Amino acid sequence: MVQFTLPKNSTITKGKTWPKPEGATNVRKFQIYRWNPDDGQNPSVDTYFVDMDTCGPMVLDALIKIKNEIDPTLTFRRSCREGICGSCAMNIDGINTLACIYGMEEISGDVKIYPLPHMPVVKDLIPDLTHFYAQHASIMPWLETKTQRPEHEWKQSIEDRKKLDGLYECVMCASCSTSCPSYWWNGDRYLGPAALLHAYRWIIDSRDEATGERLDDLEDPFKLYRCHTIMNCAKTCPKGLNPAKAIASIKKMMVERHV
Amino acid sequence: MKFVTDRKRAVGLGSGRTGTHHHWQMLISSMALVVLVPFFVFTFGVGFGGTYEEVQAYFARPFPALVTGISLVVIILHVMHETHEAIVDYVHGVPGKLAHAAVTALSYCLIASGLFALLKIAL
Repeated sequence: MVQFTLPKNSTITKGKTWPKPEGATNVRKFQIYRWNPDDGQNPSVDTYFVDMDTCGPMVLDALIKIKNEIDPTLTFRRSCREGICGSCAMNIDGINTLACIYGMEEISGDVKIYPLPHMPVVKDLIPDLTHFYAQHASIMPWLETKTQRPEHEWKQSIEDRKKLDGLYECVMCASCSTSCPSYWWNGDRYLGPAALLHAYRWIIDSRDEATGERLDDLEDPFKLYRCHTIMNCAKTCPKGLNPAKAIASIKKMMVERHV
Repeated sequence: MKFVTDRKRAVGLGSGRTGTHHHWQMLISSMALVVLVPFFVFTFGVGFGGTYEEVQAYFARPFPALVTGISLVVIILHVMHETHEAIVDYVHGVPGKLAHAAVTALSYCLIASGLFALLKIAL
């Protein structure tokens, strides 16, 4: 059911304001969502000040600086720091994106950082992605074949390989799914843009021989048809992909099967 | 909930094996409306604002009466199906089922009353 207000224990309170770095002239204000499951308190927004003269250009650089020099309890995921692993997805300045490839120059005013929206929070900026990954697993993200295994490898023409461009690049950061209102309200049953983009990546793969079964599995009012082409997914994707187009292509294939 | 894995939860929920029918229905009615709405606006607009006798005479003609009747049915059914989608999106459980039934009943009542009024004017 759609909810317009936060539950009482999720209401955000005013948090701690950390001192400004001494002697710094180029200081930037960061407002960061904090929640610790162990202290029984409501979430809060802490304020930090970062000396930009000694900080890298990306939001992740600032988060690491805060963790290393100001507040070691600040918790967030990060790994590759170059937009490949998808770990550091969070809501920055109102946009779901990857902290490692989002420059602070792109933000005017204070830098506001929250976890990915409408997901259970594990701690601070870390969302619980268990169900999101389970949905990805449900679309069988691997090559399904029925014919005899070839002696060397499954071959693909250059044209067929090109069909995977714009699909295989997805790093499963969950920015798209957590920006989708349909996923907010029906995330338990609607697969969401990320899982459906991956589903289409295997449906359209010329080497895959389970296209029908994949479509059978997706033919469901909730799994697929909660997409109402809102396009938030395409707007927010930090890799510049278009999950809505992939979903529309699946719907088109469904209609071809239906008519 | 023993032995139910996260993957099972994701797979098990929503295996309705349907949905395309509704999607196709909406595509068809949308395409029909692209043609019907201009005709409806034009024919209804011409008949609008006359005296009772003039309007009665106008809608007694087959073309305006048929365009109005078909538009009435297609528009209301299209809106009904879209409203069902919105209800499925935002209202779950028993309130959702009640809202679904209420919208369906209201839509068919509107179609019946509209057609009755049209027939009364036309015949």
